[in-house]
Amino acid sequence: MSHLDEAPSPQTPATSGPSRDLRLSQLTKEYASFTAVKSLDLVVPQGQFFALLGPSGCGKTTTLRMVAGLDVPTSGRISLGDTEITYEKPYRRPVNTVFQNYALFPHLSIAENVAFGLRRRGVKDTKQQVADMLELVELTSQAHKKPTQLSGGQQQRVALARALINKPEVLLLDEPLGALDLKLRRGMQLELKRIQTEVGLTFVHVTHDQEEAMTMADTVAVMNQGVIEQMGAPIELYENPRTTFVANFLGQSNLIAGEIEGREGDHVKVRVQGALASVPGDRAHSESGTGWLGIRPEKVLIAEAGEPIDAPGDVITGGYVTDVSFVGVSTQYLVRMPWGQELMVFEQNTGARAMLAVGTKVDISWRPEFAFLLDASQDAKAGIEEE
Amino acid sequence: MTSTAGVPPVSTNDASGVKPRGRKLTGYWLILPGALWLLIFFVIPFYSLLASSLFDPDGSVLTGYEMTWHFGNYWDAFDQYKGQLWRSLWYAGIATIICLVVGYVLAYAIAFKAGRWKNLMLVLVIAPFFTSFLLRTLSWKLIFADDGWVVGFAQAVHLTDLLNIVGLTTTDDRLLATPFAVIAGLTYNFMPFMVLPLYASLEKVDLRLIEAAGDLYASPARGFFRVTFPLSLPGVVAGTLLTFIPAAGDYVNAQLLGSTNTKMIGNSIQSLFTTQLDYATAGALSVILMVIIVAAVMIYVRTAGTEDLV
Repeated sequence: MSHLDEAPSPQTPATSGPSRDLRLSQLTKEYASFTAVKSLDLVVPQGQFFALLGPSGCGKTTTLRMVAGLDVPTSGRISLGDTEITYEKPYRRPVNTVFQNYALFPHLSIAENVAFGLRRRGVKDTKQQVADMLELVELTSQAHKKPTQLSGGQQQRVALARALINKPEVLLLDEPLGALDLKLRRGMQLELKRIQTEVGLTFVHVTHDQEEAMTMADTVAVMNQGVIEQMGAPIELYENPRTTFVANFLGQSNLIAGEIEGREGDHVKVRVQGALASVPGDRAHSESGTGWLGIRPEKVLIAEAGEPIDAPGDVITGGYVTDVSFVGVSTQYLVRMPWGQELMVFEQNTGARAMLAVGTKVDISWRPEFAFLLDASQDAKAGIEEE
Repeated sequence: MTSTAGVPPVSTNDASGVKPRGRKLTGYWLILPGALWLLIFFVIPFYSLLASSLFDPDGSVLTGYEMTWHFGNYWDAFDQYKGQLWRSLWYAGIATIICLVVGYVLAYAIAFKAGRWKNLMLVLVIAPFFTSFLLRTLSWKLIFADDGWVVGFAQAVHLTDLLNIVGLTTTDDRLLATPFAVIAGLTYNFMPFMVLPLYASLEKVDLRLIEAAGDLYASPARGFFRVTFPLSLPGVVAGTLLTFIPAAGDYVNAQLLGSTNTKMIGNSIQSLFTTQLDYATAGALSVILMVIIVAAVMIYVRTAGTEDLV
């Protein structure tokens, strides 16, 4: 699933001394009735912004809590560089957490909350550091207030400052933006990314929001049912998903059943409902039998039947539009194909052509290089979030 | 975000508008039952108590009691009974501290460690109330009986010697009729009043805050003193008040478990009122006790309420 070798990341800042990558080996957490995390192997290179992405109950928070020391693994190892910390007490680990509900101490002022970690480690003069940290999160004027007097976004920043001030080797973020409204969340995403770049610490961010993970993280690991389905840079995961779960959980995908005809040069040929489509070899994750041919909705081109399609690839004819929704920058069509499946097509509203009405007969097409091919043994609906 | 731009401003000032006349009076109507209760059961009796504390000290049932504004009663009562007053505060204070320490451990265990036994444990804390206060106190006479196993055990582990040294007992072979017995009785009888408020405030402490403290380099002990304990302070204040105030005025424990040397102020007031019929001194003593307690409570609450304690 993941690389256990010493893979130097381009994001790793130049540091002296041995690298302090966070390394999880064969990490497992079992509860009485189920296994939350199954033999997880993972390396988070030092200085990276790493996202663990998955639906609720996939084991991502359990993984985070094991790294923080709040849960004890059933088996496996956690290490930071050469130091094993699997069973180290939470208060002895160079790891801090920004909790989902912030967990700010209600009886302490903002400044005292931020100074908490330093004080516990015996730092006498915390004033300057607290002031610097509050400045970083732009809360200097709120220093003497109590947490309940602050807004959700401000509390979130206090939680961040309280963890960051300790300069942990790894900062864990447990759905830190989950409680904020959409607009504030977008702002905080940029802010978090800015702060991470500024302080250069390793961030491990747990989220179920795929957009959040893709916006911020250098590397995203998609987790499902206790295992990592796929890991890589956001663009790689999005463009070349390896499982139906990743294809559906990260954005949306059209998955069309097809018969795999075999490899031909550096392409794999697939027969899809009579038409022949091809998929680049490195995007084909199955080479025989039946498979799911995948194509992202925004990669599908659409035109009225018989009209020329702009930059066509594999063309499939005989569909008609069943639903049109206008979302401003684009128009989302549902197209019923001759074999009964409805495909999603997102088209930019460039104004080159009028919107297609419901019932219009259409042809669709896509560039072969954007298609991907998945093993048909997987559930085509895996990872589709129920609204 | 901009979708609200076209919506006409909806009137939101229903609440800020002029209140209907009836609404203004609602508050007063709601206070009325409480105010009446306070008037009948507190203000009037208190007035009568204050009045009797200023009666002529030479009055008796035969000659009648006369209001002479005799403020000297206060000094005389204080002078004569300062020993009992001091003893009451002292016993109540020790009992409160023991209740706090033992009760905190118990409340902590119920709140955080009891799991599915939580409700059963709470019922057990309250269970003694199903029996009469007097009966329960009397049964401590059996427990502390001179030939009982408790005394035997205390002697065997030299607890009696220790109690002797600190002055809580006077002989090696008795627990009954000593300050120790009185304080034990007070501790026992008022324990639920300590445990319940402590439990209520500990139960409200968010466990995630304790986790956060651990994450921020606080060992379990430091986490307790920096986070859990400060957050349970409202319970500590409520519990100590609910224990100390009635304990300071209690006379049953001293009467049943103590001796003439362990008389508390409650015993003196009771005997002045019911047997000696010296209403003036009894009234003055009651007022003095009340003033002392109110002053102590005010100082205590003010101190506990400041942030330095936290």
